[in-house]
Amino acid sequence: MILEKFNKTFESKARLGIMSVLMVNDFVNFITLKELLNLTDGNLASHLRALEEASYLSFSKDFIGRKPNTIYSATIEGKVAFSDHLNALEKLIKG
Amino acid sequence: MNEHLDQLKEIRTLMERSSKFLSLSGLSGVSAGIIALFAALLVYLKKEKIVQSGTFQSLFESSITDSSIDFKIYILKVSLFTLLAALLSGFYFTLNKAKKNNQNVWNNLSKALLINLSIPLIAGGLFILGMMNHGLLWLAPSATLVFYGLALINASKYTVRDVFYLGICEIVLGVLSMFLTGFTLLFWALGFGILHILYGTIMYLKYDK
Repeated sequence: MILEKFNKTFESKARLGIMSVLMVNDFVNFITLKELLNLTDGNLASHLRALEEASYLSFSKDFIGRKPNTIYSATIEGKVAFSDHLNALEKLIKG
Repeated sequence: MNEHLDQLKEIRTLMERSSKFLSLSGLSGVSAGIIALFAALLVYLKKEKIVQSGTFQSLFESSITDSSIDFKIYILKVSLFTLLAALLSGFYFTLNKAKKNNQNVWNNLSKALLINLSIPLIAGGLFILGMMNHGLLWLAPSATLVFYGLALINASKYTVRDVFYLGICEIVLGVLSMFLTGFTLLFWALGFGILHILYGTIMYLKYDK
């Protein structure tokens, strides 16, 4: 019953991390995420893509000077899914 | 089971680390407090020299609004020097702590913290300069306490919760000092000196150790 609520998309530690950061910050750019989560560019990008394909996050691109800057934010769908996942985790721990 | 608990813990730290500036060092509070006490002593000695007679309370009584230009300039000098020394020591200890924890000091959070702290502080600074211009020197310590408290409360959403309570205490002291005239400098020393030392020590023991 509880396990049904476990969201497969959040199975990896990196994705949990990304969503945690996006829950409390309206916008976060790629570099900040990279620093916070200690991930490589490629690794972070692939996890971001997976979350984006699940439509849990949205992004927009702009430029700081000449450097491209990608800004991510969680969608409402993503926030709901993540808090459901957290609740399931909590229940499991409490037993 | 433990794996899930670890996950939750990790989520929690990430949420906090990404939304709050945690490199603020307790030691910067302690050093600012010591500097403030020293400044209060300087001002007290100078005032005592000018007034020469009278009780402690009469030194900063509300009726004394015609402070001499010389004293005003002295106050401005001491304030500026105190502010500079407190800021420098604050930056020093914060940079140190960030370096120790391998964290970046200059990021969106520290920027938001600084901006939110600066707005009430700069408004307060200009307001007090205006007051001094009209000869209301005795109100300056109260006003600095209130504006500083507001600045702390405003900035507290970007750092540890303790800063919020420090802000409340500063405001309470500032408002009280308005009604217990004659003790404004004492309240100022209490708010900027003793409270900072107390708060800094608590912060140091709680987060820095």
